Amino acid sequence: MGSENDDGAAPGGAPAAPAEQRSATTLRVNAEHHTLDLDHRRVLLDVLREDLDLTGAKKGCDHGQCGACTVLVDGRRVNSCLQLAVALDGCEVTTVEGLLGEGEALHPLQRAFLDRDAFQCGYCTPGQICSAVGVIAEAAAGHPSHVTAPGAPSGRPVPLDRDEIRERLSGNLCRCGAYPRIVDAVEDVEGAAT
Amino acid sequence: MKPFGYVRAASVEEATEAFAAHPGARYLGGGTNLVDLMKLGVERPAVLVDVSRLPLDAVEELDDGSLRVGAAVRNSDLAAHPLVRDRYPALSQALLAGASGQLRNAATTGGNLLQRTRCPYFQDPAKPCNKRQPGQGCGAREGVHRDHAVLGHSEQCIATHPSDMAVALAALDARVELFDEEGARSVPAAEFHRLPGDRPERDTMIRPGELITSVVLPAATAGLPSAYRKARDRASYAFALASVAVVLRVADGRVAHAGIAFGALAHRPWRATRAEEALVGGPATPDAFAHAVGLELAAAQPLRDNGYKVPLARNIAVDVLTRLASAAAS
Repeated sequence: MGSENDDGAAPGGAPAAPAEQRSATTLRVNAEHHTLDLDHRRVLLDVLREDLDLTGAKKGCDHGQCGACTVLVDGRRVNSCLQLAVALDGCEVTTVEGLLGEGEALHPLQRAFLDRDAFQCGYCTPGQICSAVGVIAEAAAGHPSHVTAPGAPSGRPVPLDRDEIRERLSGNLCRCGAYPRIVDAVEDVEGAAT
Repeated sequence: MKPFGYVRAASVEEATEAFAAHPGARYLGGGTNLVDLMKLGVERPAVLVDVSRLPLDAVEELDDGSLRVGAAVRNSDLAAHPLVRDRYPALSQALLAGASGQLRNAATTGGNLLQRTRCPYFQDPAKPCNKRQPGQGCGAREGVHRDHAVLGHSEQCIATHPSDMAVALAALDARVELFDEEGARSVPAAEFHRLPGDRPERDTMIRPGELITSVVLPAATAGLPSAYRKARDRASYAFALASVAVVLRVADGRVAHAGIAFGALAHRPWRATRAEEALVGGPATPDAFAHAVGLELAAAQPLRDNGYKVPLARNIAVDVLTRLASAAAS
């Protein structure tokens, strides 16, 4: 494990010479700075789980196909299994653990997943929740989806009905098949926000 | 995965110089395909030259009315851009039909064009593949090839190009801008990818070390009615079995402009020039559309298990043409 500091140091600067196979990499994870000496082969998912003991993000397929590893990088949802950590130097990462509010209050989506019993085994849940955080932000920013009417006005928030939620969360697989409850949970939070 | 060096380029010149200085280098964009191929052992770069933070992340309107899209613009941002949605709807629709929200947030415009085929023989180093290892043979030709090419394939390779975005770019007469130490050049998007022939290891016409800097959407197709249609095994998050991008202008009931490109049928987006030539100047009717698309697909040479692609491609193309024509008439 690399050294940590919370002094708000600037990102690690210029990467090492190309012949080097490791670089000092600074990540701000759930509002804490970490400067780590990382082998270039390490992906964000493994760094989170193995170096930072943040085991919320899960390794499902490890190929970007299942979404269990979804986290937010600079506020955007991505598959952490496909992100080389060295390439994220200076980035802000939020995992499911970082969604808690003041006094460890659950995020509204975490609460809604519990209220709606939106899981069975729970393995995909952290990825589903991080992805849903991204979905709600993207729709609020006016990002269309495959099922948004082509004539919908640009730049305006897109209302999230069940078809929109299903389409936008299609990168998160649930092998227990809890999809109807997952859509319910996201719909609850989307409905409360609008 | 083999250990590798890493360079983060601050400028286009720095990127191409770093690539030239390091044998076995690869450019890294969003990494959604390259990192996966490295995990699979298909790609084994010695050095990654990270171009994802180059100042190529803007969509800008040029004086001549065209739209320049930087190579580092992420797929989700391009799909959501108001000028793209308003002027080139087929491009926005194609992007949104591809991958997942997470992948589109990471994937770049340049990287999308340079993604490799998802042929399972190419992705598995334990199986024979002329694209991965020239001369090794093709496992797919007599193997599992339901998803493979029906047009323009060769004895060496029957892979398809997986991009949705590139299909829309081909139909919209977009151009791809390239840069290396010999200077800048620009090529039509429809000619950027190549057919496999006897060099299936080469997906595109790009030179080693050459960098995609931007994609330019022309003023000529800005605002023309256009649409993208994708047929796949499930309603979301799957590669195309067949897809089509159509740009159609109808005036007085006759076709004034037609740009048609198919996806998932060939080693590159398949620009349907025969169909376009048959249509322009003629009536904008479903019969005329069916005739023209039929002329194009007459060249198809399906394999043992993918003959379904020909009627599928014909049906979605005729349907999109008919819808665009009726929208223009109403």
